[in-house]
Amino acid sequence: MEHRKYDPADAPVLTVEGMNVDIAVPAGALHAVTDVSFSVRQRETLCLVGESGCGKTITSLALMRLLPRTAKLTARKINFEGHDLGRISERQMARLRGNRIGMIFQDPMTSLNPVYTIGDQLEEVYLRHRGGSRSAARKRAEYLLEKVGIINPGQRLGQFPHQLSGGLRQRMMIAMMLMCEPKIIIADEPTTALDVTVQVQILQLLRSLQDEFNMGMILITHNLGVVARMADQVAVMYAGRVVEQGSAEDVFRNPVHPYTRGLLDCMPKRGQVAANGRLGSIPGIVPSLVGQQRGCSFRNRCVLQRQACSEGQIDLRPASSGHLYRCILEPAATVLPTTLPVGSAA
Amino acid sequence: MTAAVLSAPAPQAAAGEPLALETRDLTKEFRIGRKWYSSGQPLRAVDGVSLSLRKGEVLAIVGESGCGKTTLSRLMLGLQQPSAGEIFVGGEPLTNVDRKVFSRRVQPVFQDPYSSLNPRKTIGEIIRDPLQIHRIGTSAEQNAEVEAIMERVGLARRLIHSYPSQLSGGQRQRVAIARALVIKPEIIICDEPTSALDVSVQAQILNLLQSLREQMNLTYLFISHDLSVVEYMSDYVAVMYLGRIVEAGPAAEVLRAPRHPYTRALLSSILTADPGLGLPEVNLGRGFPDPLNPPNGCRFHPRCVDALDKCATVMPRRIVSGSELIECHLHDTAATD
Repeated sequence: MEHRKYDPADAPVLTVEGMNVDIAVPAGALHAVTDVSFSVRQRETLCLVGESGCGKTITSLALMRLLPRTAKLTARKINFEGHDLGRISERQMARLRGNRIGMIFQDPMTSLNPVYTIGDQLEEVYLRHRGGSRSAARKRAEYLLEKVGIINPGQRLGQFPHQLSGGLRQRMMIAMMLMCEPKIIIADEPTTALDVTVQVQILQLLRSLQDEFNMGMILITHNLGVVARMADQVAVMYAGRVVEQGSAEDVFRNPVHPYTRGLLDCMPKRGQVAANGRLGSIPGIVPSLVGQQRGCSFRNRCVLQRQACSEGQIDLRPASSGHLYRCILEPAATVLPTTLPVGSAA
Repeated sequence: MTAAVLSAPAPQAAAGEPLALETRDLTKEFRIGRKWYSSGQPLRAVDGVSLSLRKGEVLAIVGESGCGKTTLSRLMLGLQQPSAGEIFVGGEPLTNVDRKVFSRRVQPVFQDPYSSLNPRKTIGEIIRDPLQIHRIGTSAEQNAEVEAIMERVGLARRLIHSYPSQLSGGQRQRVAIARALVIKPEIIICDEPTSALDVSVQAQILNLLQSLREQMNLTYLFISHDLSVVEYMSDYVAVMYLGRIVEAGPAAEVLRAPRHPYTRALLSSILTADPGLGLPEVNLGRGFPDPLNPPNGCRFHPRCVDALDKCATVMPRRIVSGSELIECHLHDTAATD
């Protein structure tokens, strides 16, 4: 299956500039997302990658305007098809959500309604945004179930979510997202709950549909393997900030930020066995994001930490290969000490 | 020679040391939809599993969800009674071993450190519990033991009065490991110990498990669906499909030169962090395995790309040579008919 690459000359479908999300907590403001910028073209996949609490899910919820009430979204610009998603009314947003912006969540069991049939739920999306007759909606649902690889769609439409396997449910979610014609898909950990073999099938499906329907995709995941195989562009997030951003090729082949380097070292590689050396690891825990943030948010876990790391504001800057990173050190100076020898403490 | 994976009956260790853990034709059948008027439909979650594990080794069980790997671990922990077959601990049949004695030798570490720790007990109480249940040592000795094991698994002493809710996922999994190790068991059954954790925390826990194994000469039964973790951790691998072991052997052999089509499919679905490689082609039909209605013949044949005619009708033999096991007609060189 040959992947049709995006065309760099295309205008972006979605452009985000300087997005912040602050959540009000008793102790003050929690800076969940700080200064995130990216753009996605049609047929292009941007992966947001990072560990729990890094702000990747909040970023996706912000784009869909599904943030909790206590959260405040600010951005210089969030441009989607001429709308500024940060400023349009809730009514206008509701017209785009599920219609021009498709969403897929991690756990299809909790994002499908257990008391309605699959058919009802698929048709509802279409009727809500497109109007028209129920039979037209059913026709489209059947067409799409076939597209997502479901055999005898007519029968499946009459079933309830609990009658389907995890992989099938995720296919249903994908079909539901396609009921209207989204220009961009936001997929938040779409394969995390699935078996490895099913994961590959679902990713293949997403990619081929993306090509066929010319959609941009924002794929949110903590799985670096998924990122490497799916992404055109990657943004590595840590503590609400993008710490490294660029093409997948650059970020994986020439990682610069100590966090990206550390994460890649943590992954067991093919052929790597414990007898020959320990996995790399990142000591410490994620800092609190409440209150004013100064310096590098990764510094307390960074083996290369120095005095200047705790001062001022550190901006994204270009590395030699052209991608961006957020660290005061020069690219050549961010090499981590090699894997710990056997027998040293974890 | 004893082998880590073999068929029943197991040759007793010639070297004299009994196997740490052994199962012979272990089978567990559940009855689904049981009512007063019906005995329900049988679901064979574990079907004729024979495995053995020498002291100090790591045996990994891999397979998709629903393949029976968790039921197997529950049988080995004595949490469920097998329908047929036997389990031996240190050469003794499990049925002869007292429940309490057994639990001193085999301890679990579960997947989800959020639900496997009692939220109303402090970390110190949680780790001390096994010592109290088994009435080991005086109060002062127990305190010393808890502090020693906390240090060993990398938990700061100040956490002794904290509650699980105050800890991160990685710290909680360290508590679960400390609780398992405090009574000095021989065998640890780890059921997906890192799948709920972040990548960087997973690395810390895997490193810890590996160091503890070396220092305390522990034996692990390691259940996981993540093959790169399995490759990193284990000496032997057994691949399960719908309750049966379809391929087993030394990790280096099974993971570098897989023979069973299912093992090959599993391995090809590993996504390494290589950009530009794109998505792999997984040679696997989309049929969803239904344990309630397992297919005739080879259980894997509806999804197998290399299936022969007889795969649909004849169950493949279990072929054992040395420490390797395979159940597949494609590798059955002796003509069966």
